[in-house]
Amino acid sequence: MNRAAIKQKLAAIPAEAVIETDYDRKGFTLDVQVAPAQLVAAVSVLDAAGFFIEAVTGVDWLGEQAALRKEAQAKIAAEAKARAEAAAAAGEEPPPAAPPAEQGELPEDALEAVYDFNHYEELCRVTVRTRVPRSKPEVPSISEIYPGANWHERETHDFFGIIFAGHPYLVPLLLPEDADYHPLLKDFRP
Amino acid sequence: MHVDPEIIRLLAFLIGVIAFAALNAAYLVWLERKEAGHIQRRIGPKEVGPFGLLQPLVDGIKLMTKQLIVPAGVDPVLFRIAPILVMVPAIMSFVTIPFSETLVARNLDIGLLAIFAFASVNVLGLLLGAWGSRNKYAVISAARVVSQNVAYEIPMLVTVVTLVMITGTMNLHNIVMQQQGGFWHWNIFNFSASPLMPVAFLIFFVCMLAETNRAPFDMAEAESELVAGAFTEYSGMGFGVFFMGEYANIVIGASMATILFLGGWDCPFGLFPGVHWFLIKMYFLIFTVIWIRWTYPRTTFYGLLNLSWKILIPISFFNLILTSAMLKVF
Amino acid sequence: MSAFAGSEANETFVLNLGPQHPATHGVLRVKLTMDGEYIVEAEPVLGYIHRMHEKMGENRTWAQFLPNTGRMDYLHALAYNHGYVSVVERAAGIAVPERAEYLRVITAELNRVSSHLLWFGAFILDLGGFSPLLYAFDDREHILDLLESVTGSRLTYCYFRFGGVYNDIDDNFVAGTQAFIKRLRGRMPMYHNLVTKNIILMTRLKEIGPISAEMCRKYGATGPVCRGSGINFDVRKHEPYSIYPEFDFDVPVYEQGDSMARYMVRMDEIEQSLRIIEQALDKLPEGPVMADKVPKILKPAKGDYYHAVETARGSFGVRVVSDGSNTPYRLKLRSPTFSNLSLFGEACRGMLLPDALALMGSLDLVIPEIDR
Repeated sequence: MNRAAIKQKLAAIPAEAVIETDYDRKGFTLDVQVAPAQLVAAVSVLDAAGFFIEAVTGVDWLGEQAALRKEAQAKIAAEAKARAEAAAAAGEEPPPAAPPAEQGELPEDALEAVYDFNHYEELCRVTVRTRVPRSKPEVPSISEIYPGANWHERETHDFFGIIFAGHPYLVPLLLPEDADYHPLLKDFRP
Repeated sequence: MHVDPEIIRLLAFLIGVIAFAALNAAYLVWLERKEAGHIQRRIGPKEVGPFGLLQPLVDGIKLMTKQLIVPAGVDPVLFRIAPILVMVPAIMSFVTIPFSETLVARNLDIGLLAIFAFASVNVLGLLLGAWGSRNKYAVISAARVVSQNVAYEIPMLVTVVTLVMITGTMNLHNIVMQQQGGFWHWNIFNFSASPLMPVAFLIFFVCMLAETNRAPFDMAEAESELVAGAFTEYSGMGFGVFFMGEYANIVIGASMATILFLGGWDCPFGLFPGVHWFLIKMYFLIFTVIWIRWTYPRTTFYGLLNLSWKILIPISFFNLILTSAMLKVF
Repeated sequence: MSAFAGSEANETFVLNLGPQHPATHGVLRVKLTMDGEYIVEAEPVLGYIHRMHEKMGENRTWAQFLPNTGRMDYLHALAYNHGYVSVVERAAGIAVPERAEYLRVITAELNRVSSHLLWFGAFILDLGGFSPLLYAFDDREHILDLLESVTGSRLTYCYFRFGGVYNDIDDNFVAGTQAFIKRLRGRMPMYHNLVTKNIILMTRLKEIGPISAEMCRKYGATGPVCRGSGINFDVRKHEPYSIYPEFDFDVPVYEQGDSMARYMVRMDEIEQSLRIIEQALDKLPEGPVMADKVPKILKPAKGDYYHAVETARGSFGVRVVSDGSNTPYRLKLRSPTFSNLSLFGEACRGMLLPDALALMGSLDLVIPEIDR
């Protein structure tokens, strides 16, 4: 099955985004972003196409929203400054400074579950990502489709506390059996 | 006061037999380690004494000074009695083994029977020790040992019965006497009795390996599967006695093969028969046993049972029938 | 292999294999539910030497994490070095001089041979044969000496740097490697005569521990495990990195899927690695072994990057997420044995204990790599 066909099928899920990345630069070919509800459907497509599972992991995006807002504000400020400078250069009266943007509640940061798939015959690495809110990190389990995901999901649960709904045996794998902490969370303090 | 010289002779022999068994056990460990070393292109023990010759003594002292741990939860009686049950019958068997024409503690008319009777106690010791240990690895090992011994006792005894039919006696001294006068008289080459005699020797040798739990049939210990099998819970001299019993059994097995098939103390060329020939043959067999251990991987349990029930037993029975037919005809 | 009948009474017991057991080669524990000597259920219990390398990665700079890579798969440390430096070079856009790539391939392949030799000895040890281990170690010793002369260490190498390698080789290394290749080529027939053709070994391995291609796919098995099941997958060919495309070598594939197939794959790979080393030594170009202008403080561009390499045990992948700072934001290490071992529970169901241990040995486990 060629890459375009996979891309088309995944886009029909519907996935939020299917991006063909530059392999030489990134090391993987397809970057698929799906909502948690569509995850199982997306993985089933890959399973039917003969992909094998490489790994499941997570990324904690704590502070991402704050950083994004800061970036956006910096951008607005830079634009305003540029406008003011342009106006000054033209010898005009600088326009009044824009009122500061609405400082509402920050949207919640996300935990991202990342699934790596690869194909035995064809060079096609597919990365599937799904984002869940940090306060309620629940993702459907794919261990029904790929039994090999069982351990990977347990490991990800150990490290990030992502709950894989429908997992048959979600107990600590690498951490001690009574571990109630998740060391790869960015706010984890030993 | 008059003391029967026979009693003094017997006492001397008993002490000699125990010393022989113990020294053999100790120095066979040395031999095994040296031989393994050379097979594996290393030197083996060399630090203690010349050529490491004092190593077994030091090992013995080490084992004796170690605490005898009887773990909580084991059956204390069985756990303690088992090593003795392995060691004592082995020593008893030495009593009737004729090392030369005169060098024998007690020449029994049923010597052959006595040795096999004693030899079968060995498995009981292992079974009780393993069972008494209350260790799962040990119990698995015990189950293996028992079925292995049952399977290999049959071809071994059938082969021995064949031999008894040929020699017509169970007296070990007489069996050797019949084979005097050069290697062509030995039972292994006794083609007039049965053309399968070399095969019978081979069966006997394989069964001896299996009976003494030596590689490639070391199911009982199988350290990469069962940790240490029946000996898992033993430490110090408890383990040491098991170990000595094992080597004593190898010595007996090699001695029996020498007596039954290789003409005992007879010289292959009819010159200077004596105890040295007995020892040369016996140690050569022991050397072979060790050689096999360090060369082959372990068989599996079903492979071992298949070998016995499907190959060795049919062949040994065939040999029995062939021999009886030939004895009747010729 | 005799079939598993299953007992009526359903009397099973739990056998705790490990964490200290001669056959697990490290602190792996397997909880076995047994029916006599038959395995009903096997559950590997991991984490006894879990060190959280991924968190360590987040807490140190890109370069500081480099020595950690050699501590995971201590038997093929250079491949782990290779995977990590490759992904960072990809992220930071560092070009590597050609000679350095050759040196990487030569040393990594030598390391692969040493890993396979050690596996060979340890695997036969699992099967109760003691002597091959010492012979394999004898050969391995030569590799360790060679690698020590260039890398400075004997086991947990940290030889690769971002943009090249730390040290250039000398003529002694080239001559020594050529002599070693000749020596090992002469010894391989001995190994095959002594071990591979041994009838006991054959009965222990043939048709024991079958792993189907579909099972490999579902569990993500790579390396010799999947190549023993008829899947022609080798990262060096499939996803060529470094200068592997320059070399002419085969990927040994066996269809049977049993322990013997995995054994044969590894034994054949030794020869293929020797071929690669030989060609690399012949073609070895002159030049620098370090790129110029590698920044002292690396700050790769934002985004995530992936790079996989073929280690002796399968495909090792590193996913890094960079936030543009001098430390990785997230560092995921995909270890091959983790996936390979995860199929053990299903594969050994209904097997006898000794056969299951033979199967486990044929997976070639390195526990620090599983636990990370």
